Amino acid sequence: MSSGAPVAVQPVPRGGLGRMVGRRITDWLPAAVVLVATFALWQGLIVWLDVQEFLLPKPTSIATTFWDDKSELWHAGWYTFQEALGGFVVGSSIAILFALVLARWRPLGSALMPYAIAANAIPIIAFAPITNQWFDGGLTKSSKVAIAAVLCFFPVLVNTLKGLTSVRPQDLELMRSYAAGEVEIFRRVRIPTALPFMFTGLKVATVLAMIGAVVGEYFGGALNALGVLILTRSRLFQFNEAWAGITMVCLFGISLYVAVAILERVTLRWVPSTTE
Amino acid sequence: MSVVQIKDVTKQFGEVTALQGIDLEIEPGEFVSLIGPSGCGKSTLLRIIGDLIEPTSGTASVNGKPARQARVDRDYGIVFQDAVLYDWRTVSKNIALPLELARWDRRRRADKVKEMLELVELNGFEDHYPWQLSGGMQQRVSIARALSFDPALLLMDEPFGALDEMTRERLNMELLQIWEASGSTIVFVTHSIAEAVFLSTRVVVMSPRPGRISETIPVDLPQPRTAATREEPRFFELVTQVREALHLGHDAERPAQPSEATV
Repeated sequence: MSSGAPVAVQPVPRGGLGRMVGRRITDWLPAAVVLVATFALWQGLIVWLDVQEFLLPKPTSIATTFWDDKSELWHAGWYTFQEALGGFVVGSSIAILFALVLARWRPLGSALMPYAIAANAIPIIAFAPITNQWFDGGLTKSSKVAIAAVLCFFPVLVNTLKGLTSVRPQDLELMRSYAAGEVEIFRRVRIPTALPFMFTGLKVATVLAMIGAVVGEYFGGALNALGVLILTRSRLFQFNEAWAGITMVCLFGISLYVAVAILERVTLRWVPSTTE
Repeated sequence: MSVVQIKDVTKQFGEVTALQGIDLEIEPGEFVSLIGPSGCGKSTLLRIIGDLIEPTSGTASVNGKPARQARVDRDYGIVFQDAVLYDWRTVSKNIALPLELARWDRRRRADKVKEMLELVELNGFEDHYPWQLSGGMQQRVSIARALSFDPALLLMDEPFGALDEMTRERLNMELLQIWEASGSTIVFVTHSIAEAVFLSTRVVVMSPRPGRISETIPVDLPQPRTAATREEPRFFELVTQVREALHLGHDAERPAQPSEATV
């Protein structure tokens, strides 16, 4: 940060994407150990306590089922992921546009923000059965896209708006000394300041988008959707298959999160914590 | 024609009178320091010259036009106590900011940035981000940015206040070299007596509550100033003169207490 205190001159971070994303293998080692230990403990406890499969299957049986059904799971997952991604893109884009408008015309912001924050507390997922009826009886992607979009909207809006209005007064004073207009101030100060906040909102939104799509499908959706697959398999007592479906949801959810996190690192090269 | 002309300026912040009855004229090529204790309104006065604050009454003009018009025409560059660099811009991009706003084309910007980097001796740091620089280097970037569009007037608000003594003295020398090379007029706010005397052609001493100019002291030290200037007897005389003016202004604000009268 540009505080006045003298600090030692740091070396310039060099290298491309790989350097920014990839850390040394030793940095990942503790997390890998925890992962392996968790699965080993899970497996061990089930064998030792003789837990019934419908309560919790063994990780190895889930893995075997996942491998056997990988083609079906992949296609179902891809279908649901498209809904989540669509909702994420639509919801986040509208939220960013809204944030820009509310930050530009502040009275509008003061009038609407209390309701936006209150609306943020509404369990939007409760509307899923109704939105399914709004769009084609719930059999196409659009109803899930809508649910995911609404879920993504609020965290992105609230965080982006917070960022756009968190500009340091001296940053604005400098622009004023150059007689810069409102558009210039947005472009060169407010938006760059808001980017780290916006990415925080976007990362929250990736998780919500997957939840929105899958839970939306629980209330009815295409037969080849992942949420429908998980629901029907657990009704048929095919718990390994249901768990394999949940694993697929996790993989797609994590992928979307990681994609946004990488985009964040590439975009926010100036933030010290993203280059360490 | 004066570069800066302040006529009977008063500034109220609510109940508080920050400035009262300020008259000040600054000629081209002068280096004028505003010095005074905290709360004497020296930064406020600087901001009135830059039209970052509007006076409650009185007028401020720069280059013979109202301060507002001078700001719109980008007649001055400004350096704040914090370097106020944009964290998301590299050193080069920070220096180029006013040039981008003035719609200079890319090639002309690059040439000018290169020239400014040489001026403030930051070659090789063009692609660094502000957090990678020391405080002194950040402030040099800030000076380069203020000078990049060749303003006739440079406003500086305690630019070296947060730096250690060694860095401050080195940057004082660099600033004088830049001033001589550019021929610009500088208004410099500081609370260091030695710094004010060493740099200036004229020291304006201010006193608080309400802020006003209590004395103006011309500095007749020979140009160019060198490290040896700080050791000349005349330097110490002027430092003493400024110090006494500061104390006079400070004591005048309240009636003498009985205990003080006996000292």
